[in-house]
Amino acid sequence: MSDLLLPPEHRYAKIIEQRKNEDGSELSVLNLGPTHPATHGIFQNILLMDGERVLDGEGTVGYIHRAFEKIAENRPFYQITPLTDRMNYCSSPINNMGWWMTLEKTLDIEVPKRVQYMRVIIMELARIADHIICNSVLGVDTGALTGFLYVFQYREKIYEIYEEICGARLTTNMGRIGGFERDWTPEVFKKINEFLEEFPAIWQEFENLLTRNRIFMDRTIGVGPISAEKAMSYGFTGPNLRAAGIDYDVRVMTPYSSYEDFDFDIPVGESGDTYDRFCVRNAEVWESLKIIRQAIDKMPEGPFHADVPDYYLPPKEDVYNNMEALIYHFKIVMGEVPVPKTETYHAVEGGNGELGFYLITDGSRTPYRLHFRRPCFIYYQAFNDMIKGQMLSDAIATLSSLNVIAGELDA
Amino acid sequence: MALETSVIQDKLTSKFGESVTGFIQIKDIFSFEVAPSAMKEVMRYLKEDEELRFNFLTDLCGIHYPDNEKERQFAMAYHMHNWVDNVHIRFKSYLNGDNPEIDTVSDLFLSANWQERETYDFYGIIFKGHPQLKRILNMDEMTSFPMRKEFPLEDGGRTDKDDRFFGRTTDNN
Repeated sequence: MSDLLLPPEHRYAKIIEQRKNEDGSELSVLNLGPTHPATHGIFQNILLMDGERVLDGEGTVGYIHRAFEKIAENRPFYQITPLTDRMNYCSSPINNMGWWMTLEKTLDIEVPKRVQYMRVIIMELARIADHIICNSVLGVDTGALTGFLYVFQYREKIYEIYEEICGARLTTNMGRIGGFERDWTPEVFKKINEFLEEFPAIWQEFENLLTRNRIFMDRTIGVGPISAEKAMSYGFTGPNLRAAGIDYDVRVMTPYSSYEDFDFDIPVGESGDTYDRFCVRNAEVWESLKIIRQAIDKMPEGPFHADVPDYYLPPKEDVYNNMEALIYHFKIVMGEVPVPKTETYHAVEGGNGELGFYLITDGSRTPYRLHFRRPCFIYYQAFNDMIKGQMLSDAIATLSSLNVIAGELDA
Repeated sequence: MALETSVIQDKLTSKFGESVTGFIQIKDIFSFEVAPSAMKEVMRYLKEDEELRFNFLTDLCGIHYPDNEKERQFAMAYHMHNWVDNVHIRFKSYLNGDNPEIDTVSDLFLSANWQERETYDFYGIIFKGHPQLKRILNMDEMTSFPMRKEFPLEDGGRTDKDDRFFGRTTDNN
């Protein structure tokens, strides 16, 4: 049996014994997690340490595995959105919209331009919320709590916008097949405009606080670097890949939801270290703001959902007064919607990478197979490679700059 | 688009002959089938050929088809992406139902390592040559493979739920 199949602590016990006999060095095993304030989620790392330096590590994941793929095989299509919420819970609207777009691709539904723009706005807001958390928490892990508390109130404002749109804040379950459940009220636009006015100054201040801060730079430059080639092989996508210098972005490569209508740049880093990841996320927030402004300015008039009575719930007063509407309502709620027998892969640019949905339908009321390509799960395996030879405190900074979300990691 | 799907098809058929079949465009993705014995070589060729340049393994996952004949009861689906010409492809390898086995690709793409472990964990598909093929999301003591279709979602003894409305027990075609 290969040594790698053993539990890591057994494997490391052998190495410790061996090294002790060889040169008398005293290595130790450190158990980081599963619940540790610095891991920001439930996952465990068993590290082999030489003093403060990490020699080797192995991640144990699956502590909050909730069998989403299995559950999805037993649920009507519209009941799967709440599952996607709970993957990357820092930017759930992106997951929601990704799932609806996958389904619309499967069903060949053309979505009105207004809906596409609304989706772009909400997805970019979610990306900002995601990056606010990641970058400010990186500040916390390197000793700067102030920035975190300062920008977090703006995540709160984004949540208020979600709340105005769909009633929920964290796990949004937003949207329907073909559009939104209701049109956005003037209040939503008012809140978005307020956010666009107030947030840039705050974000600028946050950037000023950290970007050229000597302590922060010393703690992050050269920490947990990864080369572009290795990042690609490890399946990195999103800001973490771009920090390594590759300008791959799903929004540009395979535009969805009218991203081709907007003018924005893809920020890239160079060395793929923690500092570059921080800077790429910072710059992406500015790009997201740019996209939202353009979408608000260009927002076309029109319906807030596609005209697909087979899949989109009719208005309630029609259900009470009109037989056809009642029939559609009943069929949709019971999950009896016509679905072709096909296979679809659709990807969106999630908060931390290419979030893909691979849906196989067999014409029945539930997916035959639904696979989520979860960016976190794929790139987190590089973590142990990235921290080898680094100090423990650098490992913590690397971990938080990777933005590993336990919900997405474990599905 | 610089790389035509017909080029992919021609190059693969001339090199691998009978091992690659069933070329079809499904929605926006060009798909085909690869014999499991040739899968790894096909992937290596797709990755390293100077014209094809499928440099990124987007995704891999297992699928269970219990109603197929024995030789085709499991499938591995691979998605690859050529970033230069921006072309997606998907190919599937069908595996034996009693003894699903396929070569690992974790030495071609490091990202396959955990994804193959996940597939092993949920489907029991054995990846030959994988450096660390053990369970990843489920606990090590588990003996079954929960994503197989025969594995029940919930306790079968429950009487308070009528699965006809929520499960795939009846055919609604």
